[in-house]
Parts: sequence; structure tokens; C-alpha cells
Amino acid sequence: MGDVVLGIETSCDETAVAVVERASVVRSSVVSSQIEQHARFGGVVPEIAGRAHVQELVPVLAEALATAGVEGPDVEVVAATTGPGLVGSLLVGVSAAKALSLVWGVPFVSVNHLEAHLYASFLEEPDLELPLVVLLVSGGHTMLVLMEDHGRYRLLGSTLDDAAGEAFDKVARYLGLGYPGGPAIDALATGGDGSAFDYPRSMVQENPDTLPDDRRYAFSFSGLKTAVVNHVRHDPDSPTADVAASFQEAVVDALVTKARWAVEATGARGACLGGGVAANSLLRERFLDMCIGTGVRAFLPSRSMCTDNAAMVAAAGWWRFQSDGPSPLDTGADPNQGLPLLS
Amino acid sequence: MLILGIESAGAQVGCAVGGHEGVLASAHSGRGRRHAEALAPQIEFVRCQAGIELSEVGAVAVDVGPGLFTGLRVGIATAVALAYALGVPMIPVPSLDLMAFPARWTTRLIVPALDARRGELFTALFRRVPGGIQRIREAGVGTPDELSAELEALDEPTLLLGDGALRHAERFTGLRAMEMAEQGLANPSARSLVQLAHARAMREEFVQPWELEPIYLRQPDVQINWATREGGA
Ligand SMILES: [Zn+2]
Repeated sequence: MGDVVLGIETSCDETAVAVVERASVVRSSVVSSQIEQHARFGGVVPEIAGRAHVQELVPVLAEALATAGVEGPDVEVVAATTGPGLVGSLLVGVSAAKALSLVWGVPFVSVNHLEAHLYASFLEEPDLELPLVVLLVSGGHTMLVLMEDHGRYRLLGSTLDDAAGEAFDKVARYLGLGYPGGPAIDALATGGDGSAFDYPRSMVQENPDTLPDDRRYAFSFSGLKTAVVNHVRHDPDSPTADVAASFQEAVVDALVTKARWAVEATGARGACLGGGVAANSLLRERFLDMCIGTGVRAFLPSRSMCTDNAAMVAAAGWWRFQSDGPSPLDTGADPNQGLPLLS
Repeated sequence: MLILGIESAGAQVGCAVGGHEGVLASAHSGRGRRHAEALAPQIEFVRCQAGIELSEVGAVAVDVGPGLFTGLRVGIATAVALAYALGVPMIPVPSLDLMAFPARWTTRLIVPALDARRGELFTALFRRVPGGIQRIREAGVGTPDELSAELEALDEPTLLLGDGALRHAERFTGLRAMEMAEQGLANPSARSLVQLAHARAMREEFVQPWELEPIYLRQPDVQINWATREGGA
């Protein structure tokens, strides 16, 4: 029951609607990105994002239904991201989803955005084996999660300061590479030498057991960002491609090293990536190497499934609906909503 | 034709349904800023009280602002999704028209002033005309002192209303021939919305859900929220 799910995602700067069947068949996935509207400010401006979501909502919804070949009443569940994210953006998707559920007379299901990122991999590879280590890296989040079963997660560690994607954006801005920073640094780094400069890796060392429990899987990127800025300030003639490549090397090294520790310590059967930074080519390459080295099955979602989209929301919504049933009509948005964790 | 009206531009959020027999049912709540939580249950409540199915609704009316941005978006997103899913047209009505409408019996100049926060007001000027009201000055945003100066220059009997007028009441006490409306007229109402929209529906003043334009009047504050940015790549 509830097999045809319409998902809505408006947590940040992408307006997205998708139709997904049984959390595995993507009938449509439409994403309208606002990147150009935010680019000149070097980051997402919440009020611009909120206005754009209102503007894009109906065209994106109409295209998602038409592409899927679905009439409104064929939809069996409406799922929307309720957090975490920008509150003024989240409210557009949540309000629209509840309105659709009223008109079509079908259940509304609230979806956690982080859980949706975890389900991006299941959507493309339904046979993924559990337990699974997920490295979730985006502009807003950087965390290592152990997924024991559907809906059962343990947070191994997360960033103590900047998210990895945020560090990419800030360094790219400092280097004058524009916005968004991830793809700009990724592209420039391919022509640079990643070993040119030895930037710091925070809380990364030979033996993970010498780190306290609460630091073992934690990340920190603000010191790295400061080190890059100080280096370029003192040595302005450093080739920008080498700086970008060395910075990227340091970020990826910290991410993949801790993912490896997590795989080794938990006995996970598989490991996968999620979030916008998972589109980074060096991270994908190193993560795959790590999985081969440790003998676990790797899964790298396609680039379009890494960045924010509504297909992953619909997939997570289907699983949530199977376990918890519908969400109440007085559900609001929660900008700080955390991943529902096991205690 | 049955019209479902949604109003969320001010401190209240409300919903009403009605047609040529007038308003059949309505709900309003003014507790804090929980517009998104309140609105969908209100729609369901009003539908039941009116004894109708949503499929009987022939048009969706919505307050398009100016108003408080986040609340306004909740109402507009809900309304456009409803209209799109029902396959019916929309009737956009500005918040200040809604506030002036219940005062249409007065011969005074009608001046709604909605609290825009940050010490400012959303205002417009209206005058009674046969069958309703007519806007004689476009909606704008400004300080209470600017409005006070404008009204002083016009120097005519005025009815000032709205939560913004009440909040800054002391700025208007010096005006000659000014009367301040009480709390009951302080907010735009979904009942007025349905009444006003019905007249416009008779004249077929419709827009499609994808054509609806909110009235913001203020440019967005450019302040980057790093903490919640997602993309990164
Ligand atoms: Zn995301």
C-alpha cells in the first residue's frame, strides 16, 4: 500500500518534486536549481530561496506529474522534507504537500532531509547490504552514520565546525573561484599537484584508538580553511591549482580515513556516500579504493542523486510510511531536525 | 461558485469558504507564528463545517501580501497547491484591500496599516465607492512618521486601522479628525477575503496558480546562511 509516492524537497536552494514507486522505481525526478540567483552573493540567501520556491513550485510539480505519466489522484502518499534546512524554504514544500494530501485524500508523510540522503543509495541499489556505513557530506552536513537497518541509525561522528561543502565554498571564495565552490575546486584541482602543500588534517593519525571516543569519527575543517588562507596570504605566488588540489587532498584524506576506521570498527558489509560533496571526483575515487582495500561493498550514488532531489525524499517517505504511517496535518517545519537516531 | 479563501499575511492565519449565500464557515487563529501548523487542519475543519467536499470548490482566493514573508509564503504555497490539484483558478487579493473592506461603510478616508516589523508599516489609502472600496494610493512600506505626515497633508476625516496603527498609535494622536479602529478590524480576515473574492470571481478576475505574484514590497535581506547550506557540489 502507498506504493506511488510524490516527494517534495525545498529545504535549501533546490525546488524538487519526484514520483517514485515502492522506493525503487523513479518515474520522474525534477529539480529546479536556484544556484544562479545566489551565485553573486557567494552563498544561499534565505529570503531569495524562499521566494524562488514559491515561484517554482507549480511548474516543477506539473512537470514531475507529467513526466511520470501520473494524474494527481494516482498518487498514494505525499512526502515532504520537514527539516533540517532553511525554515522559510521548508515551509513552502511542507505547506504544498499537506494541501495536495487534502485534495487527493491521501496520507502526508514528513521526511527528514538527512534520512532522505541515506536513501538516495537504496533508490539506485535496492540490494545494498546492511549494516552500512554512510559518509554524508554536503554544504550543511558532514557525518558518518552506521545504518543498522531501515530507520535504525547510529551517528558515529560529525563535524565540530564547518561542513565539508562549506569549507569548499569558503576556500573557493577566497581563491576567487566563484560559487558554488565544490565543482570549481574539483575542476581546478585536476590540473594541480595535491601533494604540493601539506595542509593540516584535523584529528587524523596513524592509530584511531589514541583518539578519545567523541573525537574518533569527528571532523573539523575550519583550521584547514584558515591554514589555506594564511598560506596564500604569505605566499601569493603559489599556483592556485596546487593550492586547490592540496586543499581538496586534505579534505578527502580526513573524510576517507575516518570512513575506513568506521568500516573496520563496525564490521559493516557495505559503505556508501551521500550529499552534494559526494559528487567530488577525488572523494569518489578514494572512497572506492578504501572499500576495495577493506573488502566491503561500495556504492557511489550517481551525481544527480548526491545533490538535493525529491526522489530520495519520496524513497525515504515510503520507508517511513511503512513503519510509522501518516504524519499529522499540523506538522510544521523544523530547521534543526536531527536524524532520528538509536540511543 | 464556492470559493475557498486563505489568509496568512499578518499575525493571524485563517481560512473561509463561501459563495453567493455569503461565508459558510471560517476559522482564524492568532497565536504566534505557527501558520504552517494551523492552516491545513483549519482547511479540513472549515470544509467539514461548511458541509462540502473540496472538489466542489470553484476557485481559491489568497491574500498575496504585503505581509510578513514567512507566514505569507505558507498561505500562498498552500493555496497554489490546492488550486493546482483541484484544477481551479485563483483570485489574488492584497492584504491591505482585505483590511479596508470591512470599513467600506465609512465616508472617511480608509487607511489600513499592517505591522511590517522593524518599526515600519505596510499602508495604502482607500475610499468608499458604490459597491465597495477603491484604492487611491498604492501599497507601500514606510515609518509611522511618514504615514502621519502624509495624512496630515491630506487633512481630511480618516479611519486608521490595523495592528501596525494600533502598535504605533501614539504617532497618530496629533492628527485632526482621525479615528482609530478597534482590535476587531486589526487583521486581514479570511471572511473578508471570500466576500471580496466572490465579487471578483463574478467579474472573472482570475489568475492561474503558476501566474500568482506575491506582493513583497521589500527586497530580500542579503544574509548568507552558511549553517544550513546544502549543495556544496
Ligand atoms: Zn541535502
